[in-house]
Amino acid sequence: MSKPQCFQELILTLQTYWAKQGCVILQPYDMEMGAGTFHTATTLRALGPRPWYAAYVQPSRRPKDGRYGENPMRMQHYYQFQAILKPSPPDILERYLGSLDAIGIDTTMHDIRFVEDDWESPTLGAWGLGWEVWCDGSEVSQFTYFQQVGGIEVELVSGEITYGLERLAMYLFDKKSIYDLPFNRTDSEVPLSYGDVFLQNEREQSAYNFEYADTDMLFRHFVDAEKECGRLLERRLPLPAYEQCIKASHTFNLLDARGVISVTERQSYILRVRTLAKACCEAWLATQVAQPGLSAAAGAA
Amino acid sequence: MAELLLELLSEEIPARMQSRAAEDLKRLTGEALKAAGLAFDEARAFSGPRRLALVVDGIPTARPDVSEERRGPRVGAPEQAVQGFLKAAGLASLDQAEKRDTGKGEFWFAVIRKQGGPTADVLPDVVDSVMKTLPWPKSMKWGSGTRLWVRPLQSVIALFDGKVLPGEVMLAGSMTPIRFGDTTRGHRFLSKGEIKVTGFADYHAKLEAAHVVLDAAERKKIILAGARKLAQEAQVVLRDDEGLLDEVAGLVEWPVPLLGTIDAQFMDVPPEVLITSMKAHLRQFVTLRGDGALASRFVVVANNLARDGGRTIVDGNERVLRSRLSDAKFFWDQDRKTTLVERLPGLQGIVFHAKLGTQAERVQRIAALAAAVADCVPGADKAQVMMAAELCKADLVSGMVGEFPELQGVMGRYYALHEKLPAAVADAIGDHYAPAGPNDRCPSAPVSMAVALADKLDALTSFWSIGEKPTGSRDPYALRRAALGVIRIVLENKLRLPLRRFFKQADLLDFLAERLKVQVREKGVRHDVIDAVFALGNEDDLVRLLARVEALQSFLGTEAGRNLLTAYGRAANIVRAEEKKDKALAAKIAGVPDVARLELAEEKAVASALAEVERSVKPALEKEDFSAAMQAFAGLRAPIDAFFDKVTVNVQDRPDLRLNRLKLLNQIRATMDAVADFSKIEG
Repeated sequence: MSKPQCFQELILTLQTYWAKQGCVILQPYDMEMGAGTFHTATTLRALGPRPWYAAYVQPSRRPKDGRYGENPMRMQHYYQFQAILKPSPPDILERYLGSLDAIGIDTTMHDIRFVEDDWESPTLGAWGLGWEVWCDGSEVSQFTYFQQVGGIEVELVSGEITYGLERLAMYLFDKKSIYDLPFNRTDSEVPLSYGDVFLQNEREQSAYNFEYADTDMLFRHFVDAEKECGRLLERRLPLPAYEQCIKASHTFNLLDARGVISVTERQSYILRVRTLAKACCEAWLATQVAQPGLSAAAGAA
Repeated sequence: MAELLLELLSEEIPARMQSRAAEDLKRLTGEALKAAGLAFDEARAFSGPRRLALVVDGIPTARPDVSEERRGPRVGAPEQAVQGFLKAAGLASLDQAEKRDTGKGEFWFAVIRKQGGPTADVLPDVVDSVMKTLPWPKSMKWGSGTRLWVRPLQSVIALFDGKVLPGEVMLAGSMTPIRFGDTTRGHRFLSKGEIKVTGFADYHAKLEAAHVVLDAAERKKIILAGARKLAQEAQVVLRDDEGLLDEVAGLVEWPVPLLGTIDAQFMDVPPEVLITSMKAHLRQFVTLRGDGALASRFVVVANNLARDGGRTIVDGNERVLRSRLSDAKFFWDQDRKTTLVERLPGLQGIVFHAKLGTQAERVQRIAALAAAVADCVPGADKAQVMMAAELCKADLVSGMVGEFPELQGVMGRYYALHEKLPAAVADAIGDHYAPAGPNDRCPSAPVSMAVALADKLDALTSFWSIGEKPTGSRDPYALRRAALGVIRIVLENKLRLPLRRFFKQADLLDFLAERLKVQVREKGVRHDVIDAVFALGNEDDLVRLLARVEALQSFLGTEAGRNLLTAYGRAANIVRAEEKKDKALAAKIAGVPDVARLELAEEKAVASALAEVERSVKPALEKEDFSAAMQAFAGLRAPIDAFFDKVTVNVQDRPDLRLNRLKLLNQIRATMDAVADFSKIEG
């Protein structure tokens, strides 16, 4: 495939590349979440003894980052492309560099750096070590070796690669504003920019996030999700239970954006979500150990 | 004699950890060699983004046989002791031990013969143990293994005398161990395939050919020389930055300095903003014009020899800087539309600490303290102090500080200047976090001093009031730094600040005194001298405290001082010895000796010298002329020496005389102790 010419070709190129690396190409999780890491394909699959190679695009919602479409670099909805390789193969960095080559970053012309960046998610009880990857000073990806998820030390280490697609595209296509990015090719029959697709969404969603979200309702939703999660865990249904955890997390983010959570309460809400995440992870892990015959035979590296 | 070469190749090691790891590798290997009975001439360690390397010269190729004797229990000792001895010595039975008469009886002896042999036999264990004990600040596992290293380990060179040592690094899980070998890899982008090496010289040369400069010091030289040359050609001067240089040398294996340009539209943004963007966020070196102002060129150090000579890399760096600075410029333009006063309500929305309220409440406390401190700062205009204190945290709610938190204070100053507030107020807003450490600039303008002191006193007293005091290495609110800040501002500006006026907590004063001790000790003042003055307690004026310390230190440096100290010691020792024998004595000998009972000329001389000293010391102390007070003491020395030559204190048959003489000695002690506790001085 030739070098991507527009935003959607960047996604297609990365999907094709990681498919060739043996990843299953998943579609976005159909719920609101703050980052691709929340997808069950990362959070839950990072645990347990089974190998797992997956890649997918995940729309990421960060209500607080909304700017009504007026900031050229910040949005409350953007895309992450995520690849997760478990257990991390010895040549994972070479494979990653191959993906840069595929999207048109020629390493004989650019300066690629791996700059220390340790990753931690307080809500997921997860951490790992890795780098920010810089291309000529621009951050083009984050690379993390998961060490703990849901407060549980991982059995097989996942190598997680996250591309912030809009930022990467701005770099590749030399655009100063996200909204100017070509979504499809500029010579298409109907050429559409990123702004054509998403600008109105940013304006309306920012208004919702900051002004109109019904906070009483959201507080209720948070408590409901928390309860439902616990109930489903009692039934040993970690996957639906985890969806309630995702729901609680996003509800918290909305409440936070509405400014109705004080600094001290903030910490306690994060803890409540983490408690859910940990319980879901533990329940999920139990199902993984309980299914013999699918062990890590292919995990030799 | 032979050479040991080690190389531990991994994925990219954080820059800040590299040099320490190389030092640890060298130290641990040296210790392990020594423990294995191996001497060597020299060890040199190297570090870079992907590798740690070590070369040890002059290791013998074989180890001689050695025998070691170990004494066991007495012959006929209980079975348990015998078994313990056999186990420790590695013997099967007493048949393998010898009986020997030591002169103190017959004992069992084990002679343990350690066979020498090729050094290469023990080195794999040395390498293995060093790798297992090397302390990374943070380490991780990878793949399916459980082995820990800073980042995934890729290969290990372990060569001794040109031959690969047998051995491997076990990774556990289902991962193949990494066998010791003689191959490495060169630069990630400028070299392909494996490189086979025969020894250090070969390794060093082949790495160089594969675009890896092994030695961090050499990389730094290349960066500095290259950056200076580029700057010179552009008629600007490179701004020295040792910290950045160290970091960048840890990010590149093949440094290629390149010159970039800052877009002219950003040159009127405050230089601190530009510097922060370039240095902290992009690791770019700043350059200056001839007049010292920020120049519009920067140097970026690439880790690649690009096909186009670096044009794309410079272009990319200029772009990312431009986008960062457009953000900054946006904030700069936006922020100036709002005055600092208008920002104040925003502080009510930021919690400073759960138990200490919001930033707005903190500002009120700081303002109240600043007003009180201002009375003690000569030349501080109280209205200006109050204005600066009320506005000092306003920039925390500006867009720029939201984006660049490290610019707090700095931006407040610019916004104050923009509003045409008095320069002293703007400077005080900018200075009030200073000094941030022992080497940071200390405020010296009156308004700045008052606000900076108030800021730190507030931190100390507030956290003290909720029981958040530093303990051991835990000091989450940087209260030691705040205390040091108070001390530096007070001492460097000779401010007469009665600290007790600002807080009631006695242990906070002790804490400050303790920090002052640390501070003056670092400046080479004798610790016993410090203790002698601090033992007086009850002093909350740091300037006066330090003046006493300095006067005492210099007095003790003179002959008169040393002699007087000896005399003091004799007097104090006699009194102390007698006090030990008679618990009631202390009360009896307090006060002035009875003049009528002074018989000998020598005792009369001491009494009148003491009276003279008291006459001159008191006004000297009142004038805080501590060296004059010390000098007055010098007059005591000759009479006291003569007294000890001629006068017997413990006169057997004259208890009244004895008591009076002890009174005299006690008075010497008391008079001198009023200035410093001389008993704390080490002779």
